[in-house]
Amino acid sequence: MTQETGNIITLKNVNKWYGEFHVLKDINLDVKMGEKIVICGPSGSGKSTMIRCINHLEEHQEGDIIVDGVILNNDLKNIGKIRKEVGMVFQHFNLFPHLTVLQNCTLAPIWVKKMPQKEAEKIAMKFLERVKIPDQANKFPGQLSGGQQQRVAIARSLCMNPRVMLFDEPTSALDPEMIKEVLDVMVELAGEGMTMLCVTHEMGFAKKVADRVIFMDAGQIIEENEPESFFNNPQSERTKLFLSQVLGH
Amino acid sequence: MNPNNRNGLSRLFYNPTARSLFFQALILGLLLYFVMTIVGNVMTNLHQRGISTGFGFLSQPAGFGISQTLIEYNETFSFGRTFFVGLLNTLLVSFLGVIAATFLGVIIGISRISPNWMLRKISMVYVEILRNIPLLLQIFFWYYVVLQTLPRPRDSLSFGESIFINIRGVFLPKPVPDAGFSFYVALLVASVVAVVALTIWAKRRMRDTGQQFPVFWTSIAILLGTAVIGFFITGRPMVLDYPELRGLNFRGGITILPELIALWFALTIYTSTYIGEIVRSGIESVSHGQTEACRALGINEGQRMKLVILPQAMRVMIPPMTSQYLNLTKNSSLATAIGYPDLVSVFAGTTLNQTGQAIEIISMTMMVYLTISILVSMFMNWFNRRVALVER
Amino acid sequence: MSEFIPKPARPAPATEIGVIGWARKNLFSSIPNAAITLLTVYVLWSVLVPFLSWAFVNADWVGSTRADCTSGGACWVFISVRFNLFMYGFYPEDSYWRPNLTFILLIGFLIWLSIPRIPFKKIGAILALTVYPVLAYVLLYGGFGLEVIPTHRWGGLMLTLVLALIGIVVAIPIGVILALGRRSEMPVVRMVCVIFIEFWRGVPLITILFMASVMLPLFFVGGTDADKLMRALIGIVMFQSAYMAEVVRGGLQALSKGQFEGADALGLSYWQKMFLVVLPQAMKIMIPGIVNTLISLFKDTSLIVIIGLLDILGMVGQALADPAWLGYPAEGYLFVAFTFWIFCFSMSRYSIYLENKLNTGHKR
Repeated sequence: MTQETGNIITLKNVNKWYGEFHVLKDINLDVKMGEKIVICGPSGSGKSTMIRCINHLEEHQEGDIIVDGVILNNDLKNIGKIRKEVGMVFQHFNLFPHLTVLQNCTLAPIWVKKMPQKEAEKIAMKFLERVKIPDQANKFPGQLSGGQQQRVAIARSLCMNPRVMLFDEPTSALDPEMIKEVLDVMVELAGEGMTMLCVTHEMGFAKKVADRVIFMDAGQIIEENEPESFFNNPQSERTKLFLSQVLGH
Repeated sequence: MNPNNRNGLSRLFYNPTARSLFFQALILGLLLYFVMTIVGNVMTNLHQRGISTGFGFLSQPAGFGISQTLIEYNETFSFGRTFFVGLLNTLLVSFLGVIAATFLGVIIGISRISPNWMLRKISMVYVEILRNIPLLLQIFFWYYVVLQTLPRPRDSLSFGESIFINIRGVFLPKPVPDAGFSFYVALLVASVVAVVALTIWAKRRMRDTGQQFPVFWTSIAILLGTAVIGFFITGRPMVLDYPELRGLNFRGGITILPELIALWFALTIYTSTYIGEIVRSGIESVSHGQTEACRALGINEGQRMKLVILPQAMRVMIPPMTSQYLNLTKNSSLATAIGYPDLVSVFAGTTLNQTGQAIEIISMTMMVYLTISILVSMFMNWFNRRVALVER
Repeated sequence: MSEFIPKPARPAPATEIGVIGWARKNLFSSIPNAAITLLTVYVLWSVLVPFLSWAFVNADWVGSTRADCTSGGACWVFISVRFNLFMYGFYPEDSYWRPNLTFILLIGFLIWLSIPRIPFKKIGAILALTVYPVLAYVLLYGGFGLEVIPTHRWGGLMLTLVLALIGIVVAIPIGVILALGRRSEMPVVRMVCVIFIEFWRGVPLITILFMASVMLPLFFVGGTDADKLMRALIGIVMFQSAYMAEVVRGGLQALSKGQFEGADALGLSYWQKMFLVVLPQAMKIMIPGIVNTLISLFKDTSLIVIIGLLDILGMVGQALADPAWLGYPAEGYLFVAFTFWIFCFSMSRYSIYLENKLNTGHKR
């Protein structure tokens, strides 16, 4: 195992193309155990693509991605292993509308981890309580508000007991008053020491919890720094411009 | 165990590329084995039954007559010729059906959303009844029930002693070209050119000056005028060959077989119910907001249909319409049930019975319909690409 | 400041409500509109009155020979005399209870499965797809102590139903596999599925039936003269599964990409993803489409007349050729049309009902 380096995720010279289009250019990134990273950048900069490569929703063409000592290559077993270790929360929740909230949470533990149903339900209820919606367990996703749905999606990922959580713009599809309830859950999760990679435009969240902020544009990592210096003393012109647009109003 | 150092075989087993290659090879192998077995069986069976193979039969004389031929044909022509005679008859009835079904279907579709309650309900009943009855039954109904009530040739219904209708079909006078015919045709072509030129001119003028011009009515006047006046100027370049009752039946003129009429009516009516629904939902698919926006802009009802509603509705309507036309063409093969000499009836029917070469004949017949399907779906893809709404 | 007192509501003017208001709005809103109304009423009157008097008022209903048809209207005696033939074909009369029982069981299952309030749908579906087909086969064909009734004696409406139902039930799983194959990432699998689907969809059913009746026997060793009904069924199933595959494909396409990604991110395998997440949702969307293909299949089964099987249309055609009963094609064909119409119309209503339910079901 790669405990000696303390890195749970390593990206080495990762390159990816969509057809002719070069989306990710020589991405290098090390994520330490328990680290919280916020990734920001303009739309189309490749930030979502990058974190989607980490659980192989997208395939990269060059370079290595190593998650918890498992190298992500063309091996179904490794892909399955990594997906068990890595939870993901989507912009549009992607809850399964034909299953209840509880069933959404127990589906993967039962079928992927082969957990007995009782136990899976117990764990699911535990996490639903953590995201403060245990009373909605038997409703269907369509009956919940956007913020509640996103919290269910977080609980669903947590039920697999992941070592890393990926967040792909978790609050972009939500109304302003619902953003807070989701962010609160994420802050709490961060406080418990979960390793998190989070693509978001919520700069307040970044200042509050991030250990590192990464700024991407045109498929490259332009700048990475602690939030303090990232926001107060950006190094590159591109970052300055972006920050002035995001924070400037 | 470190998952990165597994032995080669298990590595291959979990490699998606290897898996998919293996699986595809397996499928191909099975398919090949299946086809080979069938081909082998067919060969032995044909050999045992003494049926020859190959397409040599196409050049042998057919030796049977066909009741409707659009190209020259008689018993001495080859089996290959029967293929083309049948194919043309299929295309004829499909073409007639497409035209009539579109016309009737559009009327039905518009009636379905008419402000008039009676019209709305009647067209709804029409659609609900006729599309839930099998087409074959409707063909039988027209052929065995309705057309059987027509009189015998001797008591034909006659219109001006030139058009006769009886149980043997409809008999029309046939125009035969006479002296000066080519000049008349040239005149007609010239009028079409004039109309095209007029359209372009009117469009340009409207773009440059904003003035509008009644292109549609002027064009009709030009076309009709040339056709009628030109006919007399060129010295009546056509004579009519009138049908005449000789013995038990009419001779001369154009004969429209009762089988063609029954098939055409049934195909038209059956398909028009589907086209009606397509037209209705196409127009309804354009949101109410579009109508309101037009009203707010002061666009009048006619312009609204022409400029805003129809262009959007067409986008929705054309793909299902073309697939209805395709269905109609395929359905025309039901001709064989009442003996209209279409491709299936002549070629996959009589010719097949005479030669026994089932494999070749059925394959050729299927290829014809497949080719039509592929052409239509190519058109549809092209169309969809062309009209796709520009969106992010 | 004076207190706000809302004005009492006044009744609408007569031109807006009531029969007069309705008629004004819907029938006589303008002069052309009024003309259309009068014209349609006139046409309807002149068509319906003679038809109704022929079909009902002046019709003969009871009797046993054509001599009983004296009143000049429709001769329904022609139908009633041969009713059993039209329903069962040449199935032996003392065994009519067998198709009857099969049909009653079918109705029972349909009620169980199609009415939302009845519970245990899953058990019902499993029974309907496993136990019922075996039971129906034994009941209709024979075996296990029941007399064997060869398929060439089957006919009439019973044959129509048998063909349509077997066709649809067998076509669904094949259609699902074809549709999944068409979306596969493996080019060979995709190609094979696309060619299969487009081939059967591209040719008319009648050529497929010809193929099944003249070419299929050549495909087997020794040219086995397989059962004629069996051969027709093979053709129908091929045809139907291609159409079913397109219905399934539509259902799969209606699912958002997020559902596939969500399942992937949780680490579900391909088959787990399909059977736990994708198909249960897609099936719901597909049911109206399946019912619609069932309707067209039901109508299309009438084509088997052309290869010499006698479904209800074929039985009536035979009866019309009977010298003792010449001259009643209108009665015969109207009867068949009415039978088909009842089935197709009720199915289409059910499918519309399902579609409406689906359209509202996703909302909160």
